[in-house]
Amino acid sequence: MGVRTWIEGWPVYRQLTGTDPLGRGAAAKSARSETLTARTETADSVARSVCPYCAVGCGQRVYVKNGRVTQIEGDPDSPISRGRLCPKGAASKSLVTGDLRQQKVRYRRTYATEWEDLNLDTAMDMIADRVLAARDETWEDVDDAGRPLHRTMGIASLGGATLDNEENYLIKKLFTAMGALQIENQARI
Amino acid sequence: MAEAHPVGFQWVMEAKARGAKVYHIDPRFTRTSALADSYVPIRAGTDIAFLGGIVRYILENELDFREYVVAYTNAATIVSEDYRDTEDLDGLFSGFDRTNASYDQTSWQYEGQERNAVAHDTETQRETAAALQHESHGTAVGGDAERDETLRHPRCVYQILKRHFARYTPEMVERVCGTPREKFEEVARAWTENSGRERTSMLVYSVGWTQHSVGVQYIRTGAIIQLLLGNVGRPGGGILALRGHASIQGSTDIPTLFNLLPGYLPMPHHALHPTFDDWINGIRHPRQKGFWGNAKAYAVSLLKAYWGDAATPGNDFCYDYLPRMTGDHGTYQQVLNMIDGKVKGYFLLGQNPAVGSAHGKAQRLGMANLDWLVVRDLYLIESATFWKNSPEVETGEIVPEECRTEVFFIPAASHVEKEGTFTQTQRLLQWREKALDPPADCRSELWFFYHLGRIVRQKLAGSTRQRDRALLDLNWDYPTHGVHAEPSAEAVLREINGYEVATGRPLSMFTEMKDDGSTAGGCWIYCGVYADGVNQAARRKPGREQSWVAPEWGWAWPANRRILYNRASADPDGRPWSERKAFIWWDGDAGEWTGHDVPDFEKTKPPSYRPPAGAAGVEAIAGDDAFIMQGDGKGWLFVPAGVLDGPMPTHYEPAESPVRNPLYGQQANPIRKVYDQPVNPLNPSPPEASSHVFPYVFTVSRLTEHHTAGGMSRNVKYLTELQPEMFVEVSPELAAERGLTHLGWAHLVTSRTVIEARVLVTDRLTPLRVDDRIIHQVWLPYHWGYEGLSRGDSANDLFGITLDPNVLIQESKVGTCDVRPGRRPTGPAVLDLVADYYKRSGNLLAHYPPIVTTETASGREA
Repeated sequence: MGVRTWIEGWPVYRQLTGTDPLGRGAAAKSARSETLTARTETADSVARSVCPYCAVGCGQRVYVKNGRVTQIEGDPDSPISRGRLCPKGAASKSLVTGDLRQQKVRYRRTYATEWEDLNLDTAMDMIADRVLAARDETWEDVDDAGRPLHRTMGIASLGGATLDNEENYLIKKLFTAMGALQIENQARI
Repeated sequence: MAEAHPVGFQWVMEAKARGAKVYHIDPRFTRTSALADSYVPIRAGTDIAFLGGIVRYILENELDFREYVVAYTNAATIVSEDYRDTEDLDGLFSGFDRTNASYDQTSWQYEGQERNAVAHDTETQRETAAALQHESHGTAVGGDAERDETLRHPRCVYQILKRHFARYTPEMVERVCGTPREKFEEVARAWTENSGRERTSMLVYSVGWTQHSVGVQYIRTGAIIQLLLGNVGRPGGGILALRGHASIQGSTDIPTLFNLLPGYLPMPHHALHPTFDDWINGIRHPRQKGFWGNAKAYAVSLLKAYWGDAATPGNDFCYDYLPRMTGDHGTYQQVLNMIDGKVKGYFLLGQNPAVGSAHGKAQRLGMANLDWLVVRDLYLIESATFWKNSPEVETGEIVPEECRTEVFFIPAASHVEKEGTFTQTQRLLQWREKALDPPADCRSELWFFYHLGRIVRQKLAGSTRQRDRALLDLNWDYPTHGVHAEPSAEAVLREINGYEVATGRPLSMFTEMKDDGSTAGGCWIYCGVYADGVNQAARRKPGREQSWVAPEWGWAWPANRRILYNRASADPDGRPWSERKAFIWWDGDAGEWTGHDVPDFEKTKPPSYRPPAGAAGVEAIAGDDAFIMQGDGKGWLFVPAGVLDGPMPTHYEPAESPVRNPLYGQQANPIRKVYDQPVNPLNPSPPEASSHVFPYVFTVSRLTEHHTAGGMSRNVKYLTELQPEMFVEVSPELAAERGLTHLGWAHLVTSRTVIEARVLVTDRLTPLRVDDRIIHQVWLPYHWGYEGLSRGDSANDLFGITLDPNVLIQESKVGTCDVRPGRRPTGPAVLDLVADYYKRSGNLLAHYPPIVTTETASGREA
């Protein structure tokens, strides 16, 4: 390595003499970083998404490789966010892929002190049975004056502000048909 | 805004770079304050006094945008001679009924329209959060009100407003809010000087504003200012609510709320709406102006979307399948009912009330008294483990071996593992593509509810019971795909949009909806999101390739309009108020409205149009009635009906306050919703003598690095590393007064519980001089709970349950407490400490604060 090459190997030299006075591009590159490839470039697919935290609605690009989310970045096309994400949005890959995320059904039996495993289909069937039983036990057909009530006050629900419109639509539609009135979400809170 | 909506705040900084002045009014100096031109401190819970001072400043100095005010607001309308103001009645309006603490609104009506007063009692309206049903429409008023456009008539709204706010002087603002007079006047000057033909000002609030016993009236005061200054319906103006959850706007539009059906149609009430016609007429108010005149088409289309072929004109489109309200069925009433054993089963769908709702103990005791609970979440949140790890297990109030609640935790799909739309805070729907399938047992809510419905319907198949017809007749055939049989979100969005029943053709606009059953549509205000069979919410034309309005990114309801009521951006003749602020205008040659946005007005109705005599509904909207959803076409400075706690905002102290209301004899909102139940004691406030037991004001808000109840952030390692611990911010003065040390511990006590936090001594909080006393405020983040990577006590446990009467939202942004050095007691000793406070404050368990304030309550006259 000649002296000249050695000097030009200094990022500060390249920053002072080259086209990158702020030292955020070419000047900062090393031989090693030249060989690296961003995860975003090798992804199998990219989904256009929206940040799940607050209601600003920042655009996200979700990069997937080999069936796993490898990166989530701000979408520069969004006229709302112009590619920016806040600390929460920037950490949303960890939200999705974190070790603590529960991926299996957990079941706590009446009076139990610990969780148990439960098959998803079994759980769905048990929940359906409980919904129908609660509805039957608490059904109110008419009021004292004989006017229709057509409802159950034995079932309540809370949530929806972090869910999709399509999901809220089905939730409200099913509960309404069931006669379940006590359906609420964060908008009340 | 910089703290909780940082990416949205970039636009404030853009505006500042172009010369806009930014004023930040907050009890605490934050990152927003640091970047604002001026920071204005305020005592928590006194915003109406501050904003009322601005209203007075505008009116006393005649700084209103007079042409706009006369043309587009109800300033000129004459009010009934029976109306009496808070000036006359020491903090009450006319019509107050002491027996049920509610208002008869008859005397608030426009002159000659007293007959329009809502027939049902306002107690029922409060119980059913009826004001929320009017979120986007006016209540019953005729369109033919008497007006005095000189604004001199003593009973015109302008003059009434002037008298009502006359006592909100800068001195009074300083006395109530603790805001230095010169700081207040700086804001008043800047706001008024920057409004008018050439300029507009924007009011931005975060939805902590709604979490007050007078929350709706906070926003009303902002609306009065913005209407007086001509800042509504114009670019750079408006009132912007920074909502805090990805689709909380969507979950209000397509409501998972007890009193609403999609598109702000009211859930029927058993006594008010026993028949289909009662229900329809209760929405459209025959004789009234505006687009609610077509309510029958919206309602019939919804019932067709729900019950398909079963819904026919002969059976009133299955109207009798809808459940009926009888009163307050809101989330807090539900929790109290759980404690009383009236609720069997509870679903939690991405929500964590054990931490996120007021009065965490009540939430957890309620959940501990269910037959079963289903929790749908990404992580094992506090609401899933209350039976195991909650503070009540520590105190012995919940014993796992005796707690019968059966708990199902069904893991949820994340936002990248499903497709669908979020509606963000400006009514914009954005479609998310799915990146990959959810892992293991994780499923979307779409999957969970579609399959739950499918299984329930299978189990009921063959039933002949009338009650099961609504489930069996339900239009529930959605195509599924993939390994998990995921229902098609696009099919659901298409149904929400609406379609012609005979052909399946998607509707393009809600004006195509019919009231004869020939169209179906799940949410009329979303009609157009699937126009031409194209998912308009999925549009992603880059912002840099389109106009500054960016109409081709996503889709905004209604009809892709980006600024509501934008007809007001032009003068009554249809010309822009100024070239600088041109947005929508009338093109006389083309015979249509045009401009930068989709006009929020009938496209070809000229400014000169005047309705024929006796017209109603859309036909009755004149060419200069900019507020097309209002019953009289005007923006309301004075609300003759529909807001339950008064036609104009009035400063009341928070339900828990250390300060006697300096403005009126009435201390707190006289019609606030209260629950006088043993689990819900409230701290005493003046004039009650024992109010000194809880001398400090506390308020809560968010950190940039955490999200709401923490489920989505305290389980994420980077965020937990950035903000690792629960803390409380106190001023150096309070630290000295209470012996608190920086980085040491403090505990805070209310009549509900005691919590502890690490102490951050900071001059971000300033002691305020209020009515010749020093008031200390402390601030806490409300993100912590007993699960996750970072654990700590929950700030929301400190609050009791007192609600705004209009929308039944709790007062959880201000309360009173005591602050003590060191760590809190543990185990049953927690209960002993709280019991000691009960005793010292006059045995709160047996004593509920009076709703109507009399001086005898203070002992001063006794």
